[in-house]
Amino acid sequence: MKRLAVEVRDLQGSYGERLALDGLDFEVGSGECFAVLGPNGSGKSTLFSILSTLKQPDSGVVKVLGFDLLESPDAVRRSLGVVFQFPSLDKKLTVFENLWHQGHLHGLRGRGLRERVSSLLSRFGLGERHGERLETLSGGLARRVEIAKAMLHEPKILLLDEPSTGLDPRSRRDLADLLFGLGRESGTTVLLTTHLLEEADACSSVLILDEGKRVAMGTPDELKSQIGGGVITLESIELESLRKDLSQELRLEGKMVGTGLRFEVEDPHEVARRLGEGFGERLDLITIGKPSLEDVFLDRTGRSFNGSSAQPGGEG
Amino acid sequence: MGGNVAWLATGSLARREVVRFLRQPARLIGAIAMPLIFWLLIGAGMGDSFRPSGISSEGGFLHYFFPGIVVLCVLFSAIYSTISIIEDRDAGFLQSVLVAPVPSWTIVGGKVLGGAILALGQGGLLLALAPLLGLPVAWWALVSTFAVLALIALSLTALGFVIAWKSESTQGFHAIMNILLMPMWILSGAFFPSQGASTVLAWIMAINPLTYGLSLVRHTLGLDEPSVLERLPSLEMSLGVSVIFLSVMVVWSCRVVRSRSRINR
Repeated sequence: MKRLAVEVRDLQGSYGERLALDGLDFEVGSGECFAVLGPNGSGKSTLFSILSTLKQPDSGVVKVLGFDLLESPDAVRRSLGVVFQFPSLDKKLTVFENLWHQGHLHGLRGRGLRERVSSLLSRFGLGERHGERLETLSGGLARRVEIAKAMLHEPKILLLDEPSTGLDPRSRRDLADLLFGLGRESGTTVLLTTHLLEEADACSSVLILDEGKRVAMGTPDELKSQIGGGVITLESIELESLRKDLSQELRLEGKMVGTGLRFEVEDPHEVARRLGEGFGERLDLITIGKPSLEDVFLDRTGRSFNGSSAQPGGEG
Repeated sequence: MGGNVAWLATGSLARREVVRFLRQPARLIGAIAMPLIFWLLIGAGMGDSFRPSGISSEGGFLHYFFPGIVVLCVLFSAIYSTISIIEDRDAGFLQSVLVAPVPSWTIVGGKVLGGAILALGQGGLLLALAPLLGLPVAWWALVSTFAVLALIALSLTALGFVIAWKSESTQGFHAIMNILLMPMWILSGAFFPSQGASTVLAWIMAINPLTYGLSLVRHTLGLDEPSVLERLPSLEMSLGVSVIFLSVMVVWSCRVVRSRSRINR
């Protein structure tokens, strides 16, 4: 059996009066890069607050490296490096000083701490910037310092809340490379929350969260393969009648999503060919796509990831 | 070992407060210049027309007002340094301390110690100006007053900590500052002794902990006339109340931290 980094059983948590997590179960294996993917309001933040030891759960069990969150919160804190969504760095201090103070919070000091900070900064490509004040750094670099800060006490698990918020695409890619590198090189388990499909797609495992419940979990490939071979989306001015006709003649049951009609099919190219032959004149646009995590979300919840609700077949 | 880490963290957090302050020179100028201007304008301007009971000699009000101004300087800098708690909370700094394996009281310790060092530094600087301002103060009086200011600085920073921790925003903090802290200073005997005040005001002054802090400063500084000192709470009583005030504020600070946003064993 694989060693567990994080184990969550029947977790309930509230955000104010609202029940934000409703009986959540999952586990994260050691060395995984694990994404908790969900739209806004799905319960991600509440989960993050509980895992980072800031918030008391209503009920359920959380274990980090076998330590119970409620019984030994300090042992859990020592195992975790936490990167918050909002910057936790002091802008008036230099890169080095920020890490120096963080070291003291974990009982590191003196020469050992100095060496640790220096080696971490050069590994993160920040060696040249150690004497600069945080306020002079770009967003991408500051996020790197943020991660270096969280890694200072060599935690087994790195916990990140929406890590690429506010970063440009290039910095996002750099960040992803950095995180995966951590997993490969030092065996660090990475657990992140995100509302970005591509960020979750790059991880080794994904938990999809919706309204405080787990709607899917697995590797991105496993989840997408459950959808079938592909996804076809049609656009037309007579979408309603088209849906009925396709249902009768080709036995294709579609879902209305936004302004399009969407099908999950085994062999998308074959279906597209038949659609083109039989209904070509009535179609404005036909799109063939591989299933994405967005399709997984839609399939499991009946709603599109960005909020507009899908209308299932028969009800129109 | 656990205790060592807690103290290491406390010292580190306190040092951060001081470094941050030194990198914002405008704060230093504001903290020293404002009380000094207050003292000169109000002290000199009102000295002729306004003479609190018990003060007789010429120039007496400037002398009477100086200890109050030193305490005001300590109050302002102590309270302002705790505003950073609200900023730290809105950014993620405070969370990053809360998720570290240190006891909650290190946050109180670091902030209160750091803030008090700053307040004491500024109050002490103003105090050191006394001979230059022509005030007849002995050097040993300056030293003992400095020690007394340390006590006041710690209590007021802890008070600021509680208010800041409970404030939703810096605006809310300023509002409390204006309706609670300024009257607390005015009714501490900084402007006028309680003997000349109405019964209600005299009562408020008697239960105001800062009255005893200021009384302590008057006793140690020795700038006031004997007729003023005679009517103050005794040195022992002032010291006792000030120590109790500090203890209460520190315990309260630790309680507000524990009550919020963290899993405690």
